[in-house]
Amino acid sequence: MKMKKQTVSQWVKSGDPWVWLNAGAVAISVIMVLGLLTLIAVRGLGHFWPADIAQGTYSLPGSAPYTLVAERVETTEVPAAQLREAGINVADHHDLMQRTLMKTGNRDVYGSDFRWILDEYFTDVTKPEMLFAAERHEWGNLYGYLKAVKEDGQVVESTEDLTPTASALATWAVFEKSIERATKIYDAIHEVEKDEIGAINHKLERLRLEQRRLELNDALTPQKQADLDAKRAEQDALYQGLQQRLIDLYAQINRDTFVVQVMDGSIHELQVAKVVRAYRPNAMGIPQKIGFYGAKVWEFLSAEPREANTEGGVFPAIFGTVMMVLLMTVLVTPFGVVAAVYLREYAKQGVVTRTIRIAVNNLAGVPSIVYGVFGLGFFIYFMGSGIDQAFFPEALPSPTFGTGGLMWASVTLALLTVPVVIVATEEGLSRIPRNVREGSLALGATKAETLWRVVLPMASPAIMTGVILAVARAAGEVAPLMLVGVVKLAPSLPLDGNYPYIHLDQKFMHLGFHIYDVGFQSPNVEAARPLVYATALLLVIVIALLNLSAVTIRNHLREKYKSLEM
Amino acid sequence: MSTQADQKIPELDFNTPALKRHRKVRALKDRSATVGIAIGGSSVILAVLLICFYLLYEVAPLFSGASIEPKEAYTLPSEESGKSLYLTTEEQMEVGFRVAENGDMIFFNVADGSVIKKVQNPLGNPTAFAVESDTSDLMAFGYADGRTLVVKQEYKITYPDGTRLITPSIVYPYGDEGVQAADFPIRMMSVRNSDSRMTVAVVGDSSAQVVRLDKDVNFITEEVELSETKASIPFVDDTYALLISGDQRYLYVADRSGAMNEFDLRDIDNVTLKDQIDLVKDDAQLVSMRYLVGKSSVMVADSSGRVSQWFNVRDDNNVEHLTFIRDVQQPVGLVTMAMEHRRKGFATLDERGVVAIFNATSSRQVIDEKLTDETGRLISFSPRANGLLLEDGSGLHFFDVDNEHPEVSWSSIWGKVWYEGYQEPTYTWQSSAANNDFEPKYSLMPLAFGTIKAAFYAMLMAVPLAICGAIYTAYFMAPALRRKVKPVIELMEALPTVILGFLAGLFFAPFLEENLAAAFSILVVLPVGILLFAFLWSRLPASIRWMVPEGWQPLLLIPVVVLLGWFCVAMSPVIELSFFDGNIRGYITNDLGITFDQRNALVVGFAMGFAVIPTIFSITEDAIFSVPKALTQGSLALGATYWQTMTRVVLPTASPGIFSAVMIGMGRAVGETMIVLMATGNTPIMDFNIFEGMRTLAANLAVEVPESEVGSSHYRILFLAAFVLFIFTFVVNTIAETVRQHLRKKYGSL
Repeated sequence: MKMKKQTVSQWVKSGDPWVWLNAGAVAISVIMVLGLLTLIAVRGLGHFWPADIAQGTYSLPGSAPYTLVAERVETTEVPAAQLREAGINVADHHDLMQRTLMKTGNRDVYGSDFRWILDEYFTDVTKPEMLFAAERHEWGNLYGYLKAVKEDGQVVESTEDLTPTASALATWAVFEKSIERATKIYDAIHEVEKDEIGAINHKLERLRLEQRRLELNDALTPQKQADLDAKRAEQDALYQGLQQRLIDLYAQINRDTFVVQVMDGSIHELQVAKVVRAYRPNAMGIPQKIGFYGAKVWEFLSAEPREANTEGGVFPAIFGTVMMVLLMTVLVTPFGVVAAVYLREYAKQGVVTRTIRIAVNNLAGVPSIVYGVFGLGFFIYFMGSGIDQAFFPEALPSPTFGTGGLMWASVTLALLTVPVVIVATEEGLSRIPRNVREGSLALGATKAETLWRVVLPMASPAIMTGVILAVARAAGEVAPLMLVGVVKLAPSLPLDGNYPYIHLDQKFMHLGFHIYDVGFQSPNVEAARPLVYATALLLVIVIALLNLSAVTIRNHLREKYKSLEM
Repeated sequence: MSTQADQKIPELDFNTPALKRHRKVRALKDRSATVGIAIGGSSVILAVLLICFYLLYEVAPLFSGASIEPKEAYTLPSEESGKSLYLTTEEQMEVGFRVAENGDMIFFNVADGSVIKKVQNPLGNPTAFAVESDTSDLMAFGYADGRTLVVKQEYKITYPDGTRLITPSIVYPYGDEGVQAADFPIRMMSVRNSDSRMTVAVVGDSSAQVVRLDKDVNFITEEVELSETKASIPFVDDTYALLISGDQRYLYVADRSGAMNEFDLRDIDNVTLKDQIDLVKDDAQLVSMRYLVGKSSVMVADSSGRVSQWFNVRDDNNVEHLTFIRDVQQPVGLVTMAMEHRRKGFATLDERGVVAIFNATSSRQVIDEKLTDETGRLISFSPRANGLLLEDGSGLHFFDVDNEHPEVSWSSIWGKVWYEGYQEPTYTWQSSAANNDFEPKYSLMPLAFGTIKAAFYAMLMAVPLAICGAIYTAYFMAPALRRKVKPVIELMEALPTVILGFLAGLFFAPFLEENLAAAFSILVVLPVGILLFAFLWSRLPASIRWMVPEGWQPLLLIPVVVLLGWFCVAMSPVIELSFFDGNIRGYITNDLGITFDQRNALVVGFAMGFAVIPTIFSITEDAIFSVPKALTQGSLALGATYWQTMTRVVLPTASPGIFSAVMIGMGRAVGETMIVLMATGNTPIMDFNIFEGMRTLAANLAVEVPESEVGSSHYRILFLAAFVLFIFTFVVNTIAETVRQHLRKKYGSL
C-alpha cells in the first residue's frame, strides 16, 4: 500500500472503504454515548446556576410592545415560514429566526411561567442590579423589583429606586433578614407538623388498630378499653399543646409582607413566608454565584420536593431508591449464591441442571415489566392479601401488605436480579480449579468446610460482581416498580422514629420513577425539565459508580486470589 | 523439627471422645449444609420458574368455559296467576320477579319460591306487555281499551339489625291511570325510554300507532311535564315482533316469516318506511327479536336454531343501515332468548330444553346444557349474570351460573372483530370506557403489532451500527483503543432506560420535529462523508498517514462525524426552506397525506436502538473475537486482503454468534417498557408509518395493570399479554443461547 498511489477502483477493491465505514460505526456509537452523557451533565448541572435576569422591550410586529423581565432558557432557529403560518407577522426578508424560550416566572400574575420570543424584537436589553428572583413555596419563581418590606402592615423600609441606591439596598437587607426569620419559623412549623404531629398520629393509629384487634379477638375488656382511652387522651393532650404552638408560629410567620413591582409595572404585596430564597443574580459575582450554586446542589440532594415535585430536592427519592436497593441486596445475595452453589456444587450435573441453567440464564432476558406484573399479581394480590388476613385483620379493609410497598418492590426486584447473581456466581465457581478443592478435601475437610473456607472466598470476586451488577440493574429499573409500590410523592420516609422504624409496607419514592413522573405527568413540564435532567444526572452517576465499583472490587479480589489461580 | 520428631513421637490418638464428638459435629454440619443448600437452592430456582406457572394460572380461567349448577326448583310462585310474561331477579339474586299472564306482578323469594309480594294490575287484564330493558326495570302493559300503563320495579335495601333486607315494590312513574295510546285494543307493544322522551309503539288487529312523550323538566318545580304526540303508522300484516331502537329513531316491525320493516320515527308526524330486511334465512320463522345490552345490537332468534346479530352501520353517505354482523347456530329450533344485563352476552333456550350461553363480541358459545326435559317457556339472567331462571311446565328452576370471561376467545384476541358502531371488522384495543354499556375491545393485535413495529425500527437502527462497530472493534481495532472503547459502549448498557426514554420524549422528539430534514440527510451524508474522508486520507502523503497507526481510524472519524452531524443540523432549515417551503411537517401531513406525531416510531427506534446497541455489540464482538486466529491467518497467508478474510472467513464462522446477538437484542427491544412509554403517544394503532406512534404490549401493561380490577377479564388479558411477552423473550433467548453453545462447541473443535 505504501508503494504507488492507488486508483479509486483499487482502493475500493482493497476493502478499505468498508473498514472505514465500520470504523465510522464505532465512532458514531462512541459519540452517541459521550454526547448523551454530556447532554445530561450540561443540562443537569446548568440548572443550579443563577442565570442573569434580562430586562428589555419586546415589540412583536402587530402587537403592543411591552417590558419583558425574564431568564433565558434555550434558543432555537425556526423557519420564518412556520411563524407566518402561525399568524406572526415577521418581516419578509427573514428566512430563519432566532427564537428563545424565556422564563418570566410570576405564574400567579401571568398564568404561565414561560413564553417564546423572537430575539429580533427583544431590544434595549439590560441587566439591572436590583432585579431580584425569589423562589417560592408555590407559584414558582418571582421576578421583580423590591419596593418595600412591611411588618404587621407597617412599612419598615421602602424605596422608589430601581437602581442600587442606598435606600434600595437597605430595603433589600431588611428583606433578606425577614426571609431568614421566616425560614426559621417555617422550619419550626415543618418540624411540628411533620415530625411531632406525625408521631402522634402514628401512635393514635396504632391505638385504633390495637382496639380493633382486641375487638376482633373478643378480648376488649373494660380494663383494656380504659387503658386505651387513657393513652388516647394523653396523645390528644399532647396534640392540643402542639396545636397551640402551631397557631402561635403561624401568627409569627405571617407577620411580614413585601411589596414588589413586576415587569408589567403592577405592584403586588406578598407574604415573606412564601419565599424560600431571594437573590439578585445580576448583582452577583462569580464567587457568590458559585456559593449559590453549591447551596442549590445541596438543596437538591437534601431537601424535599416542592410544588408537585417540580422544585426543591429529591432527597426522599434518593432515600427510597437506596432503601429499596439495600433490601433487595439483602435478599438477593444469599439466595442467589445458595442457588448457584446448589446448581454447581451439589446438584447432579446432567440434562436437568443444564436445562435449569439455560432457563435461569434466559430469565435475565425476560422483560422487567413481566416481573412487575408477576409481583403485583402474586406478591401483592395473592400473598399480600393473605398476609393481611392472617396478621393485620384489624386494619382491613385498608390493606397493609395487600398493596404495593417497599417490601414487595424489593422482593420483585430481587426476583428480577437473582438470575444475574446466579449466573455470575456460577461462572466464578466454575473457574475455581479442581485441584484446590481436591487439596482441601484431601486434608480432611468436609465438603461444607471446603465450600465455606476455600471455594466461596475464591468465588467472592464473581459474587461481588454479580451483586453489584444486580444492584446497578435494580437501581435503574422503573417499569416493574410502577406496579409494585412506587409513588410520585410519599408522605413520609420508609425509615423514621416511629415504631417499628422500618415501614416495609409503605410506598416510597424512586429516582427513576421521579424522572418519569416529573418529566411526563407534571402539570408544568417546562418548569420541571431542568430538575429532571439533574435527577437523571444523579441516577447516571449512581449507576456508573456502582458499575465502576463492580469492576474495581472484582479486580481487587481477583488480585487477592491470583496466586491460587492456575 | 526432624530432631524434635525423633526425640518424641506424640501419642496421636484420633479417637479421643472430644475428637470423636468434634468429628460428629463436623459431619452433622456437612450433612445439614448439604440439605440446607439443596433445599434453599432448589426453592430459589423453583421460585424463579414459578413466574411462568403463575402467569399461566392467571390466564387459564379466560379459556375455561362456563358452568351451570341447578340450585332450586319449585312450582310457579302464585301459580293461579298464570304463566310468566317476564322473569327477572334483583341485583343480589334474593328477590325474584315475574309478570303473570293476568297482569299480576309477583315478587318471590328466589331461594324457595315463596311469594313476597303480589301486586294486582291496577287496570285489569292486560292484552299486551313490553319490557323497556332489563337494566331500567321499566315495563309497560297495553289493554283492550287502548290504554297503556308504565310500571317500574323498585328495591329498597335496608340493614335492620345488621342483615340485609330487600323490600320490593312497584311504582307507576307516569301514574296508575295509564295513557290512552290508541283507540283500538292493543295486541302488541314496544316501549323505549330515555331521560328526555319515551316512545311507545302499539299494534292492534288492523292498525298501529306510535306515541311519543317528550319530557320537560320544569326548572322551578322540578316536575316532569309530558307532552304527547301520536301518529299512526302503516300496519304490517301478521305483526309478530316490535322493537324501538335505543335512540328512539327507528321502529322495527317484523312478521312471523322474519320480513322486517324499518320505520323512521325521527319526524313523528311523517313516519316513513326506511328499509325492508329479511331477518331470517329461508323458510325459518322468527322466534324472538331483542336488543342486546346497550341497545345497539338487535339479536334475532329463529326456528332453525340460528341467532343473528344486527346493528346499524353507517355507509359512505353516513346513512345508517341495519346490517347483519354474525350469527351462531343451535341444531334445533329456539324457544326464547335471554340477555345478560351488563355484558354483551345472551342465552338461548331451544326445543330440546337445552340452554346455551353465548357472547356476541367473541361469538363464543361458553356452554350448552340440557336443563329441562319439558318444553321450556322462558329464561332470564340475574343482573350479574351469575344466576339463571328457567320456567317450564313444571314451574321455575333456578341455576347458578359461573361464566366469568365470555367476552374473550382466541379469535376475539387475535382476529378481526366487528364491534358495535364500527363500519367494518377491526383489530381494536380499547379496554375501558366511561359508560356501562361499553363493549370492551380486547384485541391484542394492535399491541403485538406496535411491539413489532417498535422493535423493527429499533433493530433497523441498532443492527447495522452494532454489528459494524463490533466487526471493527473485534478485528481491526488497535488493542489499546479496544480496551477503552469497549467499556464506553458497555456503559451504554448500564444506562437506565428511563433516562433514555425521558431524553427521547422531551429532548429528542422536539429536536427531531424541528430538524426533520437533518434526520434524513444524515443517513446519506454520514456514510458518504466518511467514505470521502477515507478516500482523501488515502490520498494523503504517507508521512501524515503513518502518524495514525492502523486500527485507530475511529479516533480520526470522531471529529468528522461530529462535524457532519453539526453540518446536517445546521443545514436542516436550509433544506426545509429550499425543498419543503420551510415546513417539512406541513409537507408530510398535507402533501404526502401521512399523519405526523411528535412522539413517533422514528424517535422510539432511535432511543430503543440506542438501548439495544450495547447488547448486540458485545455479543457480536465476542463472537468475532473468538474466531480462531488460525483461520484468519490461514486466509491472510493465502493472499486474501483483510476485508476478504473478514467477509469470507470470519463472518461466516461467527454468523451463529451474530444471529444470537441479534435475537437477544430483539428480545430486549420487544420487552422494553419505559422508552416506549415515554417516547410515543401510546395509541394502539395498526399502522407501520414511521411518523406515528404505537402502543406496545409492555407499555400497555405499565399503563393498564395498576387500574384493572383483580380477576376481571381485562386483568387476565393483561396477564396473557405478559405471558406472551414472557414466552416470546424466553423462546428467543433460548434459541440464541442454544446457537451460542453450539458455536462454542464448534470453536472448541477447531
